[in-house]
Amino acid sequence: MVPVLFGVTIITFIISHLVPGDPARLVAGPHAPLEVVLAVRTKMGLDKPLYEQFFIYLNDLLHGDLGTSITTRRAVLADLMRFFPATFELTLSAMVLSIVVGIPLGVASATRQNTLPDHLSRIFALAGVATPVFWSGLMVLLVFYYDLGVLPGPGRIDIGIVSPPQITGLYVVDSILTGNLAALGSSLGHLILPTVVLAFSTLGTIVRMVRSSMLEVLREDYVVMAKAKGLPERDVVYKHALKNALTATITLVGLIFGALLSGAVLVEAIFSWPGVGRYAVNAIEYVDFAAVMGYTLIVTLIYITVNLGVDVFYALLDPRVRLE
Amino acid sequence: MKGDKHTPGHSRSRMEQWRKEIRPIASEIRYSLYLIRMHPLALAGMAIILGLTAVAILAQWVTPYDPLSVALSEKLLPPSLEHIFGTDDLGRDIFSRVIAGSRISLRVAITVVAFAFTLGTTLGVIAGFYGGATDEVIMRTTDTFLSIPSLVLALVIAAALGPSLYNLMLSICVTWWPWYTRLVRGETLSVREKQYTESARMVGVSDFRLLFRHILPNCLAPVIVNASMDMGFVILTAAGLSFIGLGAQPPMPEWGAMLSLGRGYLREAWWVATFPGLAILVTVLGFNLLGDGLRDILDPRLRR
Repeated sequence: MVPVLFGVTIITFIISHLVPGDPARLVAGPHAPLEVVLAVRTKMGLDKPLYEQFFIYLNDLLHGDLGTSITTRRAVLADLMRFFPATFELTLSAMVLSIVVGIPLGVASATRQNTLPDHLSRIFALAGVATPVFWSGLMVLLVFYYDLGVLPGPGRIDIGIVSPPQITGLYVVDSILTGNLAALGSSLGHLILPTVVLAFSTLGTIVRMVRSSMLEVLREDYVVMAKAKGLPERDVVYKHALKNALTATITLVGLIFGALLSGAVLVEAIFSWPGVGRYAVNAIEYVDFAAVMGYTLIVTLIYITVNLGVDVFYALLDPRVRLE
Repeated sequence: MKGDKHTPGHSRSRMEQWRKEIRPIASEIRYSLYLIRMHPLALAGMAIILGLTAVAILAQWVTPYDPLSVALSEKLLPPSLEHIFGTDDLGRDIFSRVIAGSRISLRVAITVVAFAFTLGTTLGVIAGFYGGATDEVIMRTTDTFLSIPSLVLALVIAAALGPSLYNLMLSICVTWWPWYTRLVRGETLSVREKQYTESARMVGVSDFRLLFRHILPNCLAPVIVNASMDMGFVILTAAGLSFIGLGAQPPMPEWGAMLSLGRGYLREAWWVATFPGLAILVTVLGFNLLGDGLRDILDPRLRR
């Protein structure tokens, strides 16, 4: 994990040097006199050789210093910590939804291979993968919020309702902890559309994986044996086959989490969801580079950690896998 | 002795050998065509892609209006017989713009996939074949790139380079190749141990030839499936980045950028955002169906 992280910092360092124009000029502002620009340049260490700049950059990172955002005028790390819970709430609920819907669909597909339900669930899954979230997001907003008015639209909570005090930062959890029913209802309602849109995009991957590993497992001898013993079909499928098919599916969770984090950038932009994705998109608009780089690093760190966790969990589940 | 040296008379026998070689390939192709016919979904995917390609090539002749011509008197007209997808805020015909957009999307997809395919496959086959330090260096680099979610990496590179279609393609290229490296390396590791590789090596075939004539062709089936699906995903990614303003700039008729424009008129003119989005959906679906079908067709375990 450490060499990969080191590699990531090299990549982000190179990217931050791709920015056309003078970063010192960008920080000092377009009308600053030359002396100020030069002073900023020295202060930022831009007059030092590249390798030295890299070590300064690395040192800052290790001290949690991701720079200062030029739009919010706060430390980037503080900004990201403030906005991250919203992203986490959204990606987590999308993950749960796509797993809860995806696994039964995959199982149904595998047990009824090449029948109508199988074709339907595969087409549904493919459509999910192929639908641009920034389009489906707009469409559900148009239909369920603007036209029908049955579901709440942009934002995390209704404007009239005070958001719950920050404990975990997840509005749903915080409103349960404080027993605030109004906030709970409102924040749950606001979660529905973005969650469904985001989950739909990763559902296909889960259905496909569950289907193919179920098909493999269903051909195994022990499944035939279980059937021969006269166990009910349900038990064979859900108790014997699914358990073993799922271990392979777990490796996907890390990948899906990455896709959800990526998709969240667009979904947050559409639903005015105050998460790190929208923060990054705003930062891009204002050429706030420290914020964009900080966002990239944090998202990558989370992604790597989740994948590491998945690997460890997988090794625990499957005794044949040994961690090196 | 180095292989590959031609002696007189050798080339004629090679010609005959080639004929002999081609016979099973021809029957293989015939069988593949039969398999495609048996997969209605793959066939549908292929039809979509062929249609899209035809439209993209013939764009200049099949667009009823100039996709860039502004007619303020006809702005935000709902779909009708004259403008079947309606018009946008500048009175431009959305149907014509969607057709013109297919060109841009296909161009982006072909460029990125061709680049990723070439670079990724070459690095993957080299890493798998030589192993050791070469493998270590290539794969650690690959892992590093893969550890950043691809849309995020493309986003930050495109943001650093500044918004333009060219920079967008560049940024997606940078994020896309590692998948091919990882895939091809895995395939190479298994092909390397096969008997025919061993035989070729014993005959004295050069490393280069061994890599690109014997090993690589036998690794390609899953890569082709991947490439087909990737065409769709690249289009999706490019449109997403354009949607947040990082790709094609107005007035270019790019699907993502058109959608982004339509977002501002969502309530009074639903058609501005709806049709470019549908175009993306159908295209990506087409490539996915095709890839799914190709997987079944190219998988030797499913073939017989």
